[in-house]
Amino acid sequence: MSQGTLAAVADVAEEQGGQQKIVNDFSIQVATVNGSGSQSANSVLMRSIFLMGVPVSGKNIFPSNIAGLPTWYTIRASRRGYLARRKEVDLCITINPESAREDIMNVLPGGAVISEESLNLSGLRQDIAFYPVPFSKLAIQTSPEPKLRKLLMNMIYVGVAAELLGIGHDEVVTAIRTQFKSKAKAVDLNVKAVDLGIEYARSRLVKKDPYQIQRMDKTAGKVIIDGNSAAALGAMFAGCTVVTWYPITPSSSLCETMIEYFSKYRIDQKTGKATFAIVQAEDELAALGMVVGAGWAGARAMTATSGPGISLMSEFAGLAYFTEIPAVVWDIERVGPSTGLPTRTAQGDVLSAFYLSHGDTKHIVLFPASVEECFDFAGAAFDLAERFQTLVLVLSDLDLGMNNWMANPFKFPEKPLDRGKVLTKADLERLGGFERYRDVDGDGIPYRTLPGTAHPLAAYFTRGSGHNEKAAYSERPEDYKNLMDRLARKHETAKLYVPKPIANINPRAKIGIIAYGTTDWAVVESRDQLREEDGIETSYLRVRALPFTPDVRDFVNRHDRVYVVEQNRDGQLGDLVKLEVGGQCERVRKVLHYTGYPIDARTITEMISGAEREQKGGI
Amino acid sequence: MSTVATPDVPPKTNRFGLPMSQYKGLDSTLCAGCGHDGITSQIVKAFFEYGVEPSRVAKFSGIGCSSKTPAYFIGNSHGFNAVHGRMPAVATGAMLANRTLLGIGVSGDGDTASIGIGQFVHLLRRNIPLIYIIENNGVYGLTKGQFSATADVGSKLKNGIVNELPPIDCCVLAIELGCSYVARSFAGDPKQLVPLIKGAIAHKGTALLDVISPCVTFNNHEGSTKSFKYAKEHEELVHEIGFVPYYEEIRADYPEGAVKEVELHDGSHIRLRKLDRDYDPTNKPQALQLIRKANDLGELLTGLLFYDGEKKDFIDELNLTDNPLATLPADQVRPGHEALEEIMKEFA
Repeated sequence: MSQGTLAAVADVAEEQGGQQKIVNDFSIQVATVNGSGSQSANSVLMRSIFLMGVPVSGKNIFPSNIAGLPTWYTIRASRRGYLARRKEVDLCITINPESAREDIMNVLPGGAVISEESLNLSGLRQDIAFYPVPFSKLAIQTSPEPKLRKLLMNMIYVGVAAELLGIGHDEVVTAIRTQFKSKAKAVDLNVKAVDLGIEYARSRLVKKDPYQIQRMDKTAGKVIIDGNSAAALGAMFAGCTVVTWYPITPSSSLCETMIEYFSKYRIDQKTGKATFAIVQAEDELAALGMVVGAGWAGARAMTATSGPGISLMSEFAGLAYFTEIPAVVWDIERVGPSTGLPTRTAQGDVLSAFYLSHGDTKHIVLFPASVEECFDFAGAAFDLAERFQTLVLVLSDLDLGMNNWMANPFKFPEKPLDRGKVLTKADLERLGGFERYRDVDGDGIPYRTLPGTAHPLAAYFTRGSGHNEKAAYSERPEDYKNLMDRLARKHETAKLYVPKPIANINPRAKIGIIAYGTTDWAVVESRDQLREEDGIETSYLRVRALPFTPDVRDFVNRHDRVYVVEQNRDGQLGDLVKLEVGGQCERVRKVLHYTGYPIDARTITEMISGAEREQKGGI
Repeated sequence: MSTVATPDVPPKTNRFGLPMSQYKGLDSTLCAGCGHDGITSQIVKAFFEYGVEPSRVAKFSGIGCSSKTPAYFIGNSHGFNAVHGRMPAVATGAMLANRTLLGIGVSGDGDTASIGIGQFVHLLRRNIPLIYIIENNGVYGLTKGQFSATADVGSKLKNGIVNELPPIDCCVLAIELGCSYVARSFAGDPKQLVPLIKGAIAHKGTALLDVISPCVTFNNHEGSTKSFKYAKEHEELVHEIGFVPYYEEIRADYPEGAVKEVELHDGSHIRLRKLDRDYDPTNKPQALQLIRKANDLGELLTGLLFYDGEKKDFIDELNLTDNPLATLPADQVRPGHEALEEIMKEFA
């Protein structure tokens, strides 16, 4: 363990009546068996802390498996509002015999363990507190049905933890109601199980650890939601009409959530008919093919996938780019290549997404960092795709997409939908015709018509082969070059429309940090650590889209060194930053994390402070 | 302006007042005598005679010689020449986006049965409303004469290579997968092809037409089973086909039992005049049995091989609203403030 960690712990420790207390600033790791129903219990525990008004985050570290393998859920309470993963474990709840020993060895000195009594683990370490609980025996009292007992056993540890940490009973009951959508029988059974845990802890356990949850007011009015649900809702409120998908972790829940909400909110009240089509495609090739066909015909169409799907979509991505058809693809990144670690997170698709397909292609790519941005960017992606008549990729990741995040409720998108340059019958009558690929406005963006437009001059022929401004087949060198140059011009125009980076310039800082997506949460915390522990002031630029806006170059130019922090092996965005700044590329350094687990602040802090020490030492 | 039509002199314009030239496209760039050009002519004729507004038509294709042909008919309709073997997905998306379009896809045997077999079978399963024409010559033309997956066992390329792999029969596959309109024809038989295309226009759901269309450059020689000569010698009509559009009166000018009338979705009729065998296109097991038997004998069985007027198309399966999804106004596709507030409460 590093010195920095000790300092951070000491910082929040309070002396009270001679006993050290650590209030609202610790992490709980729950180790269970995959498929045992612990997810509900973990969500209830997380939400209970949230309802206590304490900022909280939850990370599910799960295996690629339906049932039987070890799985972990990390809940972090942070009074300072840090939502990134904390890799250190303070309180461990382990009811998986297979992983229990390793789980216990990972607990920080001074930490605590709640474990199954019959496993006799209390002698493993002397520097942590043990709370053995006979979960299996207690579970017998939860229900006469063995199947239910197995599920309810998880709620017993919620009760034990709630009692030991001081989480209010009302908060736990409310969390259970939310979890089980107020289904009375399920709520009663679960509350009963929680009460068994509370009762056991109250009568049989003596508090020996410093961790406490105390009421705060930092979560009032907030929501807890995962990024995939946020994206699904964003798309629904953005007027998405055609959705195609092929199941792949971690993106499946995005489209499944769409099915749920579209079926409720997007049925025409008068006719009972659907204002959307959601289709499970036969593969990812077909999924993007359908999106391209629908986009061509004028629909707001999207698909969601992950890395392997992106690879399969490569050919259609080039077609959409070259024929200038709006399409939106959400890539919920996971660890690749190949099947990789399909249930773990990464930011490894930046370059493949940006340049997806063969020939000269480059796409608009968006990087949401929060669930709020998942909601907002779902709409922005459609606006950009239709405005620029092109493919837009939105790069989320497993951490953002599948984990629960505390957030502000989403704001209703008041901005009208931007349907782009579409000529209607009336326009054609006024103009007397049009040329599909002519740059009339000088912004690189041509005009299009939709099939079905009842005007003899509306028609044009879309082809992936060479074409001139009139959409006629052409292999003439000047026609091809004109087209490619205009597409490049269009990409330049996109810089004025994509979401701008969020800049946090510290005038005293000599060094800067660039990050994107979920890495943001760890960077925000790391900047505090760097300042408080090492006296290193930093500026921060959170990039939200490709192509880069001029802000990126300006940011690099005004700092001696810029650390690009990301979750892949080769520093993919870092390479793009180097290309962008050309001669200044010596200033660009890479801070990389690629373990499959979400990046944490401590990792960044150690790397940057280490690099800065080397810099000072003149090495 | 009205034109008085007599049976022998076809009208100069159709019911929309459009001349046949409005249903033509660019000049073909295929080889002189190509079977595909014959099919293009029959598509032009069928759409003209039936009377379809060009702006309502959406043309689709994949890649290959056949896939070039949508540029050669109905020039005033939108067309999309997509990527190899992936026309079904593009057409599916477009038809979902705008259900009022009349979709016609043209593909080849390689584009459909080799690289595109995956998308092809799923299009059939879904019963996407689309006229799907396979211009089947058993060979890759644009890459200069390689076998496709519909080449018959024993058929020989010009360079002497013999195909030993069994062919995929797209009609059998389509019938098995529940395609609701399955026909086979021959590019050299316009009398049969035109009413089959008109029937496909009137049908709701996927209408598959597998049309033998000889490749004069790479697969029209002795030893080819997809040549003009072979098809002419081996074609066996299951019935003689006539078409009566919904807007014309049906006249019963045939003896009892000699003709089967099939009513199509839009009220048009297909008339199947009995030839020397009993063939009921609504009898799935019988259809499959007869096609297989003909295949074994090396016969080319043509006509409306299967028809199912009851099957829902994918648009109805998804219960889509009547107006095109593509152009629904914002207030129909963006739920209101209350909806978002209600949803946010679920997550509070």
